[in-house]
Amino acid sequence: MSVQVGVIARNTFTELVRQRVFYIILVFALCAIGSSIFMARLTFQEEFQMLKDVCLGAMSIFTSLLAILATASFLPKDIEDRTLYNLLSKPVPRFVYLLGKLSGIILLLLLFTLLMSAVFFLVLWLREQSVLLQTRSDFREAAPEELGAALKAVTDATFNANLFPGILIIFVKSVLLASLTLLISTFATSSLFTIMMAAAVYFIGHLQATAREYWLQGIEIKWWTRLLVALVALLFPDLQSFNLADDVIAGAAIPANIFLETFALGWVYTAVYFALSALVFAGREL
Amino acid sequence: MIRQTIALLLLGIFGIIKMPAEKSLDAAQRQAGLRGTALDLDLREMVGQRGFLAALSGFRSPLAALLWIEAHNAWERTEWGRMAALFDAVTTLQPRSLLYWDMASWHMAWNASAAALQDRSQPSEALRIRNQRQYFKLGRDYLERGIKNNPESSFLYRSLGVLLRDKFEDHCGAGEAFLKASQLPGAPSYTGRFAGYELARCPGRERMAYELLRKLYETEPDGRKPALIITLKELEKRLDVPESQRISSDVY
Repeated sequence: MSVQVGVIARNTFTELVRQRVFYIILVFALCAIGSSIFMARLTFQEEFQMLKDVCLGAMSIFTSLLAILATASFLPKDIEDRTLYNLLSKPVPRFVYLLGKLSGIILLLLLFTLLMSAVFFLVLWLREQSVLLQTRSDFREAAPEELGAALKAVTDATFNANLFPGILIIFVKSVLLASLTLLISTFATSSLFTIMMAAAVYFIGHLQATAREYWLQGIEIKWWTRLLVALVALLFPDLQSFNLADDVIAGAAIPANIFLETFALGWVYTAVYFALSALVFAGREL
Repeated sequence: MIRQTIALLLLGIFGIIKMPAEKSLDAAQRQAGLRGTALDLDLREMVGQRGFLAALSGFRSPLAALLWIEAHNAWERTEWGRMAALFDAVTTLQPRSLLYWDMASWHMAWNASAAALQDRSQPSEALRIRNQRQYFKLGRDYLERGIKNNPESSFLYRSLGVLLRDKFEDHCGAGEAFLKASQLPGAPSYTGRFAGYELARCPGRERMAYELLRKLYETEPDGRKPALIITLKELEKRLDVPESQRISSDVY
């Protein structure tokens, strides 16, 4: 079974790569380098903060978009070009097909996140080196401790160990979105419907925490409003939990237990949505 | 259709199971200072509908960055009122960013206040001075709100100390701010000295200032700066410290 999953995952990955999705990396690099050049007129602290804001924001947008678009398109495409019938006529269980497809997409998302992180860290490092050089030149006649303090201020403003868990959570969020989109696509009739539904779920998911608080606080509201917020709280994932990068950029530290809980919750959502996708897809008439 | 109904029911059951985990994670994240931004109607008014939608969708930090750049452009055009409005939006979107609070305060208390004092369109000097003071207060307000959101930050207490010292000439307040900064993790060593210098100029706090500076003098040989020694000697005279207990007269 694992061999079958591996083969399908590899094919899915290759297909997606052939669709030239990696051009997004080019756009991302342009975003990072362009914003870095534009922001050179700000102070270095402002510049580094903006660079992190833009790059991690772009990473979040691109991975989320890729997760939704890549997952929404594969099932209708496989039905249209008859690949699905070819595959399922062989001894390949339907859930293996879905697992292979999802694994291929996760592989692509992982590679994407790694490449974007590499571009981001490279641009950040280059800018840091440039500011360090400038600082050394500005402080060449200053006392060694003053130079040391100035250089430390530069390095403190650039790299922050918390950026890594922040990026990992962005990746987990994109995996969750891929799994959620897969669930929608198993009963959807077109990729357009899947994309629209996934986008709606994305927005509602970011409001889920508000709905949950509203529901559980016991505020006097009409019964149908209560029912609606309860449904939102129960059926949708809390996507705000995965927006830790915003706080990481601001300098907040992510405690290890919170990172692990968030990371694990992301994979639990992914596993449950996948299991439900397999359940629905097993009964779907093809 | 049956499978879809079962899937929906299972999703609901999963919802009930996941609820405690989500609630506990939410509480833990808030306790750790994460998810501190209030996405409410005040923010909606500040950033507009599209901005609010972006903030709701998890793009708070890129939105804050864009608004900060807009504020920078407003600075280049010396649009102080617009800058303050943009700073309010940015700090609401990213309340954990020390840089935003500090820079917003600096722009208001140093740049906007200086511009207000030199505003030739306002013939009354009294009104110009009043406007200047309002910008000082605005600068202080940013730092105080920043501290409220980041109580563990020595950096913002240090900035507040500098502002109170240089713009308000409030030596007692500045001393307290520097003292608080010096007690927080990661504080630069000079914050303790600055607290001593300012408290030395605060009526009724001279004894505390003396003890603080004396401790630094004794424990940090590298910290025996000329200003510290001069202040200590002045305090020894004012507090009538017995000759035998005074610092060596060999230094300065």
